[in-house]
Amino acid sequence: MTAVQIIFLLVAAATLGAGLLVVTAHNLIHAALWLVVSLFGIAVLYVLLNAGFLAVAQVVIYIGAIAILVIFAIMLTRKVAADSGPQTNSNWGWGAALAAALFGALFWIFQGWPGINTALQPLSESQDTVVQLGQALLAPDEYLLVFEVASVLLLAALIGSIMIARVRKDS
Amino acid sequence: MIPLSWYLIFAAALFCTGLFGVLARKNSIAILMGIELMLNSVNVNLVAFWRYRTPETITGQVFAIIVFAVAAAEVAVGLALFISIYRRRNTVVADEINLLKW
Amino acid sequence: MATETLIWLLLVPPLLAFFLIVLFTNRSNRLSHIVGVGAAFLSWLGSMVVFYRAVTTEHLGEHPFASSFNWLATGDTYLSIGLLIDPLTAVTLFFVAWTILMIFLYSVGYHNFGQPKGDHDRPGLPPHGATMIDAHGHSHTVPSIEPMYARFFAFIGLFAFGMYLLVLSDNLVTLFVGWEIMGLCSYLLIGFWYGKESARAAMVKAFLTTRIGDMFMLLGIAYLYSFTGTLSFRDILYNQEMLNLLASTPAVGGFLGLSAAGLIGILLFFGTVGKSAQFPLHVWLPDAMEGPTPVSAMIHAATMVSAGVYMVIRFFPLLSAGMEHGHLTTAMTVLSVVGAFTALFAATIALAQNDIKRVLAYSTISQLGYMIAALGIGAYVAAAFHLITHAFFKALLFLGSGSVIHGMEHGVLHTGEHVDPQDMYNMGGLRKKMPITFWTFLIGGFALSGFPLVTAGFWSKDEILADAWGHGHYIVFGVLALAALLTAFYTMRQITLTFLGEPRTKAAEHAQETPWTMTLPLSILAVFAVVAGWVGIPEHFPGIGGLIPNWFNEFVGGTLLEHPVAVDFNFIPLLTSLVVALGGLWAGWTVYSRVKTVETVDPLKPVLGGFHTVLKNKYYFDELYEKIFIRPAQWLSATFASLWMDRTVIDGILHGVAAFTLQVGSALLRYFDTPVVNGFGNQVGESAKKLGHLLRPIQTGRIQQYMILALVSVATFSALFYYLLVYTR
Repeated sequence: MTAVQIIFLLVAAATLGAGLLVVTAHNLIHAALWLVVSLFGIAVLYVLLNAGFLAVAQVVIYIGAIAILVIFAIMLTRKVAADSGPQTNSNWGWGAALAAALFGALFWIFQGWPGINTALQPLSESQDTVVQLGQALLAPDEYLLVFEVASVLLLAALIGSIMIARVRKDS
Repeated sequence: MIPLSWYLIFAAALFCTGLFGVLARKNSIAILMGIELMLNSVNVNLVAFWRYRTPETITGQVFAIIVFAVAAAEVAVGLALFISIYRRRNTVVADEINLLKW
Repeated sequence: MATETLIWLLLVPPLLAFFLIVLFTNRSNRLSHIVGVGAAFLSWLGSMVVFYRAVTTEHLGEHPFASSFNWLATGDTYLSIGLLIDPLTAVTLFFVAWTILMIFLYSVGYHNFGQPKGDHDRPGLPPHGATMIDAHGHSHTVPSIEPMYARFFAFIGLFAFGMYLLVLSDNLVTLFVGWEIMGLCSYLLIGFWYGKESARAAMVKAFLTTRIGDMFMLLGIAYLYSFTGTLSFRDILYNQEMLNLLASTPAVGGFLGLSAAGLIGILLFFGTVGKSAQFPLHVWLPDAMEGPTPVSAMIHAATMVSAGVYMVIRFFPLLSAGMEHGHLTTAMTVLSVVGAFTALFAATIALAQNDIKRVLAYSTISQLGYMIAALGIGAYVAAAFHLITHAFFKALLFLGSGSVIHGMEHGVLHTGEHVDPQDMYNMGGLRKKMPITFWTFLIGGFALSGFPLVTAGFWSKDEILADAWGHGHYIVFGVLALAALLTAFYTMRQITLTFLGEPRTKAAEHAQETPWTMTLPLSILAVFAVVAGWVGIPEHFPGIGGLIPNWFNEFVGGTLLEHPVAVDFNFIPLLTSLVVALGGLWAGWTVYSRVKTVETVDPLKPVLGGFHTVLKNKYYFDELYEKIFIRPAQWLSATFASLWMDRTVIDGILHGVAAFTLQVGSALLRYFDTPVVNGFGNQVGESAKKLGHLLRPIQTGRIQQYMILALVSVATFSALFYYLLVYTR
């Protein structure tokens, strides 16, 4: 077992554990914090996968923005009575069964795919993933359009959420 | 060397965890957190595939970036919705938001 | 014009008169009687021409005037119908034409043409008189005109057509048609005054009784046609081979050992029994006196009843087919028995009748019996002779009685006395009031009685008696002689009561002679009643025999294939007829000239005692028939057919079917339609509702539940598809 593998295992275990705690924690703030841990673990995994830019983007966007947003929302929608007691609804059995079934199905599919054991090719020296990424996102013959559409999406989301959450004077 | 299968299994497990959270949690924001887990697992999948299968083309990472954007947008809108609902009905428990029942 | 064409034209005027009067002239009395009498005159004229030509033709019997055409196609052959003038037809035509014309003319006066309309007269009832105020302011009731004047002439016109058709026919088809037309007209005319209950009953009785006879006659016609294939007289009766064949073949089914000829003859004779009122179907004729007197004269003297006798005379060859050496055939025996019996039977009843027309009715029945008996013993020529002379004097007598009744009615209206103008007991002394009527009636009465030498009746009756004696039929002779005695007796009784002596009622005192339209026919007929006998004086008659040849025998005898031989002269029958005629007349006058008042008891009553009542009630035959035939028939119709069969059985079945169907329908409705069919429809809706109701709770509004449901479905389907697509390859 190489060091990388051990690191991977540890990080994966932590992330998974945090994920489990996210979905089972009674206290919602705790769940949100465990989410942060989980997201951080995933960022580490990105590093292991030689996607450094993504790791940083993950931390900044997800943890820095999204998780904070979630915490804000939790705080804004606190109801003391509802926050105690079991946090799972009456159909959690079905949910668990489905999740397990899905995992089983995916596992089984992996077994049947020969490409599952592709070896890790080392990256070439000249390849600079960040530059590549930057060029891909902004080159007109590559993914510029996608980039722009995503931007419009973000703009729409921005405006939309403001509209939705606006306090209406006439209500 | 970490085989691809480890990443994929990890991503599948995380996805299923997130799925469980979506299906079984009472609080709507907890559901959103489950959704975030699922999106992240997908991202991990994408990047793993990029690294192991087509490391020369950057398409995998681009995809992942776009997923980030989408996730962010979705969280924003969703939380705005929940806050609006909270203002109206004083609850964010998913089971109680059931006006569209029979 | 050719005789063959002329004989067709004889039929036209009366028929045309009927249609013209019915359709056009029925509002005008004058036009109607002009059309009627004119038609009778035209037919009379034509008949006289035909008669003249007939008598001047040598051997008319061998080649008669005939005209026929093929009428009904039956397979390869035709049934032909047409007209025939042979000697028998010619003499019959003679008297038919004269009597019809006389009766038509008489009807004008009888129905009071020219008189005012009555005060309370209604169609359907006899006229009752009209009140007139004369110059002095006295009101008199005078006879009024018959309200249905035109209708009468229409009916007797149709009647005349029927008789002419019957007489002129050369085949049984048209003979039967004429027969039935006369049956219809007698029904209509007997019930002419349909407002009277008695007239209505009488018309139905006449029709039904003659119908019984007609039914058998039709059987006879059918049998004859099926046997011979023809109905033409010449082919059957003037044809020796046909007659031999008919006589030698036994009747169908060996019926009573008769030959075919015998059975047919008897069946046809039944028609005559009905039509000519022989025993036992005689009951209709006296009741038929309900009709106006010209009708009685026409139907029951001159034409209709004579038609029955004419038919059997015509069929004499058939009746006598198979006769050997003077032995009568079965058919002839039947005829002679029925005829002789009827003659005596009716004569006895006539003794006790008080109504002037009833006496004449029974007298007619009796005289017809004479003719049939004569035919039965084979006296062909004598029967025909008596037919003709009887027609003349009986018509005369009926018309005379009508004249008497008319005169009496005048008296009744004048005095206002309510007496029956037809009852002889209310009359008397009318010879002074109504002289023409008296003398003509006297002539007719003497002719009926057989007053020697000067009356036609003597010659014809004497010939019958002579034939009976000459051929050894002594029983028939005796019966007929007795009947002749009674005939003379009751005839003189009638004349004495009506005309002789003094008037017994005020109405009789004020009786008046009738107008010329009535007395002229009487006079003409009286002439015939005297003269008609002189054409048949037997050759060997003492004294006058041989002076005038026995033309009648020669002429009429030619109708048959074999000319009948005239019987040898014998004193006994002659003496018998003289005795019975003169004796009867004298006895009648002596006995009845004692009747002075209305209340005088009939002198016969003490003599006959209870038997007189039996005679008066016509031997209770009407009551007998009522009990035996009429009541059961009515029971059959009212109770059996109507109540039991129709209302109970048939209606019961219908109601049962209806009830059953209703039950079935209700059951179907209740047990099938409503639950199953209806229910099915309902259930479809209900189950849809229930299903919807069941499925509703799925929609909880909770998103997580939706998601779980969706994912479970996806999982299931993917597993299924994976299995199907991948694993089973």
